[in-house]
Amino acid sequence: MDDLIVEFLTETNESLDELDLDIVNLEQNPNDKDLLSKIFRLMHTIKGTCGFLGLPRLEKCAHHAENVLGRFRDGDLEVTPDYVTLILESIDRIKLIVGGLGETGSEPEGDDSELIEKLDAVYEGRDGGGDAPAAEEAPPVEETSAPAEGGGCLTQEELDALEAAFQAADGPAEFALKEMPDQAATPAATPEPPKAEAAPKSAAPAPVASDPPAKAAAVSTQTLRVNVDVLENLMTMVSEMVLTRNQLIQILRQNSDSEFSAPLQRLNHVVSDLQEGVMKTRMQPIGNAWSKLPRIIRDLAIELNKKIELEMRGQDTELDRQVLELIKDPLTHMVRNSGDHGIEDPATRKAAGKPETGTILLHAFHEGGHIIIQISDDGKGLPLDKIKAKALANGLATAEELEEMSANQINQFIFNAGFSTAEKVTSVSGRGVGMDVVRTNIEKIGGSIELKSTEGKGSTFTIKIPLTLAIVSALIVESAKERFAIPQLAVRELVMASEDGDNRIETIKGTPVFRLRDRLLPLISLSDLLKLASPASAQKTAITPKHGDEDASVDADAAVKAVHEPVAERRHQYIVVTQVGNHDFGIIVDRVFDTEEIVVKPVAKILRDIELFSGNTILGDGSVIMILDPNGIAKNIGQIDAADSMAAMETESAYERQGEKTTLLLFAAGNKTPKAVPLSLVARLENIDVGTIERSGGRSMIQYRGKLMPLMPFDPRVEIGESGEKPVLVFTDGGRSMGIVVDEIIDIKEEYIDMQIDGGQGGLMGSAIIDGKATDIVDVGHFLQSNGNNWFKDHDDTPFSNAADASKKKTNGHAKKRVLLVDDSPFFRNMLTPLLSVAGYDVVSLESPHAALDMCNKGAEFDVIISDIEMPDMDGFEFAEKVKTETSWKETPMLALTSHATQKDIDRGMSVGFSKYIAKFDRDTLLNTISQTLVEQQQNSDPSVSQGEVA
Amino acid sequence: MSAETLTYEDAERAHNSQSKEFLTIIIAGQRFGIPILQVQDVLGEQAVTRIPLAPPEVAGSLNLRGRIVTAIDVRRRLGIDSCEKYKNSGMGVVVEHENELYSLIIDEVGDVLHLKDENFESTPTTLDPLWREISSGIYRLEGELLVILDVPKFVSSVHS
Repeated sequence: MDDLIVEFLTETNESLDELDLDIVNLEQNPNDKDLLSKIFRLMHTIKGTCGFLGLPRLEKCAHHAENVLGRFRDGDLEVTPDYVTLILESIDRIKLIVGGLGETGSEPEGDDSELIEKLDAVYEGRDGGGDAPAAEEAPPVEETSAPAEGGGCLTQEELDALEAAFQAADGPAEFALKEMPDQAATPAATPEPPKAEAAPKSAAPAPVASDPPAKAAAVSTQTLRVNVDVLENLMTMVSEMVLTRNQLIQILRQNSDSEFSAPLQRLNHVVSDLQEGVMKTRMQPIGNAWSKLPRIIRDLAIELNKKIELEMRGQDTELDRQVLELIKDPLTHMVRNSGDHGIEDPATRKAAGKPETGTILLHAFHEGGHIIIQISDDGKGLPLDKIKAKALANGLATAEELEEMSANQINQFIFNAGFSTAEKVTSVSGRGVGMDVVRTNIEKIGGSIELKSTEGKGSTFTIKIPLTLAIVSALIVESAKERFAIPQLAVRELVMASEDGDNRIETIKGTPVFRLRDRLLPLISLSDLLKLASPASAQKTAITPKHGDEDASVDADAAVKAVHEPVAERRHQYIVVTQVGNHDFGIIVDRVFDTEEIVVKPVAKILRDIELFSGNTILGDGSVIMILDPNGIAKNIGQIDAADSMAAMETESAYERQGEKTTLLLFAAGNKTPKAVPLSLVARLENIDVGTIERSGGRSMIQYRGKLMPLMPFDPRVEIGESGEKPVLVFTDGGRSMGIVVDEIIDIKEEYIDMQIDGGQGGLMGSAIIDGKATDIVDVGHFLQSNGNNWFKDHDDTPFSNAADASKKKTNGHAKKRVLLVDDSPFFRNMLTPLLSVAGYDVVSLESPHAALDMCNKGAEFDVIISDIEMPDMDGFEFAEKVKTETSWKETPMLALTSHATQKDIDRGMSVGFSKYIAKFDRDTLLNTISQTLVEQQQNSDPSVSQGEVA
Repeated sequence: MSAETLTYEDAERAHNSQSKEFLTIIIAGQRFGIPILQVQDVLGEQAVTRIPLAPPEVAGSLNLRGRIVTAIDVRRRLGIDSCEKYKNSGMGVVVEHENELYSLIIDEVGDVLHLKDENFESTPTTLDPLWREISSGIYRLEGELLVILDVPKFVSSVHS
C-alpha cells in the first residue's frame, strides 16, 4: 500500500475518533463555537487530504458533511440532536470507506447518494425528495425533540423532511456512540453492521467490508503513536543510566578482579543497546523535513517563472527528532532562498551558457557522528558587490576592510542580521530576516554552517549538525587543575606544543600564536580565558587578609600554587584546534584526557549568563564538569563579531607576501656556510646515483623522467665523485628541468628573509640570519642563466652593474619604491620577489592582470609595474592597454618581462604603453631598468626632487 | 455577638498559634532558619567543582545522586568575612528553586525548631539591606533571634 495512504489512514482514524467525541460534546453544548470550529476543521482536513490522494467517494461524503457543519459554525443552523445524528452518520460512512481503504488500498464500492441528499437537504434548507421512504423505514425515536428544537429555523415542511432523514440515520448514530471505543481500536471493523441496518437504501456495503480486515488492523498496530514527552522522559532516564553505567565502569577499572565485573560488563552492553534503542525511537529520516520542499520549489518556479529542479539525496539519513524539528525551518528557508536568489530565469541561464533548468541539490549524509546537509544550486552565486555595498551601508565594515577581504569572507556577511541583497521583496524572500536566524538556529543545536559561493557558478551551504543533542561526545581537558569538556564536534585536531623547537607557541606582544602548517593559528589560553589562575588570588583579596584566618591563608597558598605550577608544567601544552564556522582558533590546555560520552545538562539559572559554558555534566568518576561552548569562546575572543583576525591574516598573506615568512630549504655545498633557497622554487629534491650521470657536450646530464636534465654542481668545490648518491635540487619551469648538485640537504625552515649583507659573489643574493646562523641566500636565476642555452632565451642587453648599485643606494635613503610584479608563473614570482626585495623595493606580486586591475580599483599605488607578456586570459599587451587607458595607473611606467620577444612584439609592447622590454633571467638589466625608469619618472614629474636625489 | 467575636478570635488565634518547622543553620554565630519543607537534604563536606567566571558566592557545583547541584557560599553572599572562630564546615543544605537544586554552604547545622507564629516579626527596616533582601522575617527565641531565610529570594539574589 502506498505510504501516503497508510499515513492518511493513521491520521484519519485518529481524527475520526476525535470527531466522534467532539460531536457528542457538541450535542451537549450546541453553541460552543470553538468546538464547532474544531469539528469543521477536522472534517475539512479529511476532505482536503482525500482530494489530494484521489479518493472521490470519501471526499464527497466529507464535503457534504462539511457543508452542513459550515452552517452550524456560521450560526445559520441551530444544532439539534437530529443534526448531530446526521453528522455522526456521515462520520460512520467515512469510517466505512476508510475501513475499506485500509483493507484493500482503494475505496470500497458503494453509493452514498442518499446520505448526500440528506446532508444537502439540511445544507440548502429545502424539502428533501427522498424523505417519504426514509421516514417510513426509520424508527421514530427522536420524533418529538426535533421539531421543538429545530422549529425556530425551518419551516414545518422542511422539518418533516429533515426529521425523516435524521430518523433514518438514527440507528447508526446510536451504534456509533456505543461502539466508539471499539472503533478507536479497529476502525475498519465496525462500519459494516451500521451500514447494513441503518442505510438500507444505499447500495449494499462493499463486499470487502464484510470480513474483518486483517491488513487494516496491521496498519494500526504496527505503528504506535507515543507522546513525545514520554520519549523525552525515556531519553532522560536512559541518559541518567548511561551516566551511572559510566560511574560503575570507572569503579570496575579500579578493582578489576571484582565479582561484579561480569554482570557489569553485561549491564554495560545492555545499557548501550538500550541507549541505541531509545535513540532510535527518536530518529526520523531527514526526508520528513524535506517532504514539503518539492511543492515549495514547484510553486516558486511557477511564481517566478523559472525552471527549477530539486534533487534530493540521502532522504533516509536519520537524525534525532528534536534536531529535525530545529533544522526544518532553516532548511526550508535556505532552499527557498536558493530558488529565489540563486537560480536565474531561463533566459539569463541560457545566456550564461547554462541549461535552462536550474538544479537545487539537497544532500544529506552521515559523517563521523554528524549529519552533513548540503544545499547547493547552480545559480548565479552570491553577488559580491551587492554584499559589499550592503555591508558598507549597514556599517558592518569599512571600505578599507572590505577591500582587504577575500570573497569568502565577504560572503559571510549574509549571516548578519538584516542582510538581504534581494532587490525587491518577493513573497518568497528578501525581507532581510533569514540567514542570521538560520545560523543562530543551527548554532543553537551545536551545529555549524559554511558557505561557498562562486559568482556565476552557484553556491553551496554545508550544514553540520550533531546526530543528537542529548548525548554528545566530548573531549575532556585540564587547565590549571580543573577539568572541562569540549564538544568533539568543534574539535578539529589536537597539537602538542613543546617549549622549544618547531612546535613552540610564539607570542606577539604577549598574544600567543601557533604556526599550524602554513597558517598562523590564534591561540587563547583556557586558564586565561576562564581566569583560572586569578580566582584564587581574587578570593584572597575578597577575604580581607587582616583577619589572618586559616581560610585566607589556604586560599593564598592555592593562589601561589596556581600561579607557579602551570609554569613548571608548561613544558608540554596542548592546543585544541577548534573550529567555529569558518574560524579556527586554538585553545591552550595543560592536559588532554580521553573523550567521553556525556549527557548535556543545562547549567543552573544563576550561571546561565556565562556564555562560555553550554552546560555541565557528571563524568564517569562522579565529578561535575563544565562543558565549554566553542561558539561562546569564539564570541568572547571576538572572532565572529569583530572584524576577525583571520581576515586580517589572510589579506596580509595575499598582498604583502614579502613581509611573510618564506619557507627556505637549507643545504650545504662547498664551504661550511649553510645555503638557503626558497623552497617554493625547488620542484623536487632527488638523490641521484652518481653513476648514472652522463656527460655530453662538456656538460653533465642525467636521464630524468624520460628527459635529459642538465646537472651542475652548486659550487665547483662540490665533489660529485664517481659513485654513491648525491642530493640534487631540481628546478622546473614549463617542461624544462635542471638540477643543482649539493653536498647535503640540511633542513627546511620558515623565516623572514632579512638580507643583512649583499651577495658579493655570483649566485648569491646575500646573507641572512636563518636558524641562528649566517646563511647564504642563493640566487637561483644565476644558476639557471649560467646553465643557459636551452633555458629561456638570453638577452642582448648589456648589464650595467653599477647602475644597479646606484639604484639601491638611492632607495635606501627614501621610502621604498613600490613595485608591482605580474606574472602567471609562480616560479618567476618566487624568484623575482626576493630579488627585488633585496634590491630595496617593496614588491607586490600577483598572478594575473585581473588581480592587478582589482588592486588598482581598490586604490593601490605603485611606482613601477613589471608585467609578463604571455599570460592566460589576459596577456601583457592587453593588460598594458587597459592600465594606460582605463585606470588610475596611467602615469605608472610599465616594464615588459618576457622570455622571448620578436621585434614585432617589442613594437606592439611599446605602442600599448610598455616603456622597456627585459629578458626574464637577466636580473641585472631588470634592476637597472627599474632604477632608470624610476629616475626618469621622477625627473619627469618632479625635477627638484630628482635633482636632490641625484646630488 | 460577643460569642461570635470570640469564636472568630479563637479561630484566629488557633491559626496564629500554628507552629512552623524550621531547620536552623548557623553562620558566623548567627542563627538562621530555613522552612523545613524546602530542605531537600543536608550534606557533609563534598567535593565541589569550581565554576570559572561564576559570581564569587557560587562555590561550585557538585553531584548529588546524579543531579547537579550548585553550591552557594552563604557566608560570602551575606557579606560575612570568614574568620577563625566560626570555621566553615563545608556542610550544605540542599534546597530546590525553580526545579534546580542549590546547596547552601553553611558553618553548622542546628536543630529543627517548631516555632509559633506569634513569635514571628517582620524584618526590621534598619537591618543591613543585604540581609533584609533575603530574609522573610525574624523569630524571637529565648535569648536569641532567628533570621528566616527566604530561599527563593536568596537563590535568585545571586547574579553574575
